[in-house]
Amino acid sequence: MFRPITRSIVTGALRAQRLASTLAFVEAQGSQITSASLSSLNAAKQLGNPVVAILAGSNVKAAAAELNKVSGLEKVLVAEHAKLDHSLPEYLSPLFTKLIKEGDYSHFVTPATAVGKNVLPRVGALLDVQPVSDIIKVEDAQTFKRPIYAGNAIVTVKSTDPKILVSARSSAFEPVELTASESYAVEEVAVSVEDSPVEWVSENLVKSERPELSSAKKVVAGGRGLKNKENFDQLIFPLADSIGAGVGATRAAVDAGFVDNSLQVGQTGKVVAPDLYIAVGVSGAIQHLAGMKDSKTIVAINKDEEAAIFNVADVGLVGDLFEVVPELTEKIKA
Amino acid sequence: MSSKLNILVPVKRVIDFAIKPRINKAGTGIEKAGVKFSINPFCDIAVEEAVRIREADKSLVDKIHAVSIGPTKSQDILRQCMAKGADSSTLVDVGEEEIEPLSVAKILKQVAEKNNSNLIILGKQAIDDDSNNTGQMLAGLLNWPQATNAAKVEVSGDEVLVTREIDGGEETVKAKLPMIITTDLRLNEPRYTTLPNMMKAKKKPLEKLKLKDFDVDVTKRLEVLKVEEPPVREAGIKVSNVDELVSKLKDLKAI
Repeated sequence: MFRPITRSIVTGALRAQRLASTLAFVEAQGSQITSASLSSLNAAKQLGNPVVAILAGSNVKAAAAELNKVSGLEKVLVAEHAKLDHSLPEYLSPLFTKLIKEGDYSHFVTPATAVGKNVLPRVGALLDVQPVSDIIKVEDAQTFKRPIYAGNAIVTVKSTDPKILVSARSSAFEPVELTASESYAVEEVAVSVEDSPVEWVSENLVKSERPELSSAKKVVAGGRGLKNKENFDQLIFPLADSIGAGVGATRAAVDAGFVDNSLQVGQTGKVVAPDLYIAVGVSGAIQHLAGMKDSKTIVAINKDEEAAIFNVADVGLVGDLFEVVPELTEKIKA
Repeated sequence: MSSKLNILVPVKRVIDFAIKPRINKAGTGIEKAGVKFSINPFCDIAVEEAVRIREADKSLVDKIHAVSIGPTKSQDILRQCMAKGADSSTLVDVGEEEIEPLSVAKILKQVAEKNNSNLIILGKQAIDDDSNNTGQMLAGLLNWPQATNAAKVEVSGDEVLVTREIDGGEETVKAKLPMIITTDLRLNEPRYTTLPNMMKAKKKPLEKLKLKDFDVDVTKRLEVLKVEEPPVREAGIKVSNVDELVSKLKDLKAI
């Protein structure tokens, strides 16, 4: 006579186990999964539940196949629709919201990239959930660490929301490896698009042969001390090339037009944590340090020995960058 | 609703950007007593942009209204906004309580509805909690288009063209009013307030409201367990020439 009850308990437990998954938004460029997404997949895996990856756009099947190189996913969802190209939040958010509501996901994870930051809060509003932005550590499935005040304080927060939304800072999580050979089920998600009075017009991307700043193992960054764009081009780029580094810049250097905005490192630009960060002519303002102080080794070259950058540098050289940098570039090449 | 722009600019009072914040002894938050506060730099850019849209074409803009949700002292930054060109403002006095972006967005939605706003310009993030949430949430709640991290804004009729800063460079999106824009650093350079304008701003309307004037539950979703210092880096060394630098980097296996 107890059997029906027992059975219902068992099915209940199984249901709970099977349904609690983490939905992870994966960004791709062609068939390539972005490095930031590989990092956020790692964060997603640390939450403990099975991870379901979702790709969105008109041609994402190739990238879905690439996810077979990631171990330990549950399955891959593809939402194929031309309206989802360019990742406009007006179209992505209703899709994610619907999936999260109907799919019994416990968590939703995005990379803390321009796209992730654009979309996640909108999803939060639609679900009535306060997202946890830019996490740097998963303490447990509800508890996270994130930096506040330009990284001058680390706050530990516990989410009390029934569904938990997080964006993961890519420099804080190792990318998952692309070494497995799985064959995940690829499920197509039905996309119903409600028109929004917004359209994507154009883009102007900076083309570079150098490693992408956010995922580069080495970064050479220049600041105001370079004085002009010509110096930046003549000193920073060759030094970066001599060690295969990405190039970054301070706000001052960007504002003065030495390089494009997208190379700005700091609180409001990119946050990087490479193995080696060489700061040239960079004073070390709070806002810049926020974007690079988790680098493994920091080298500073500055003529002002009082510059704040020396407080975080592992190796500092007080000297004129116009003499030091060419010499350094030559000696590294030698 | 008139077809003219009715701009709402939400602004936040935060610890001045140049100040290194100190964590309180209890490890529960940031020490705020005796610390200099200012308008959040991104909000300042938002105010500037609203004023510039009007300066570019007076016939375009009906009204610029600033709003702040925060302690009583936030009226100082609202006066500043009015000195820079906002016509009127609302202070939602919530005391020293910190309100999460979701609740802020809900309050702003009601303020926007009351003011018949059709363009809301916010900063992309507040430099204290660094959430980068409110604009997007407000857009979601209102079901309006959003253009975040704006580097350039062009208004023509009821269409707005926004160039956004994205990871690899820039992209341009076009949206129809009503819409939400959040400002990036390079959108403009905010003006300084002048004394005569500051005096004039004292005569502009500042509506004072309380939390209870809004039908919004501000219960925190994120419980703060601890606020701590980031790990301190060990003191580095100084080398005296390039050869030492190169050999040090080789020792560290950095190159």
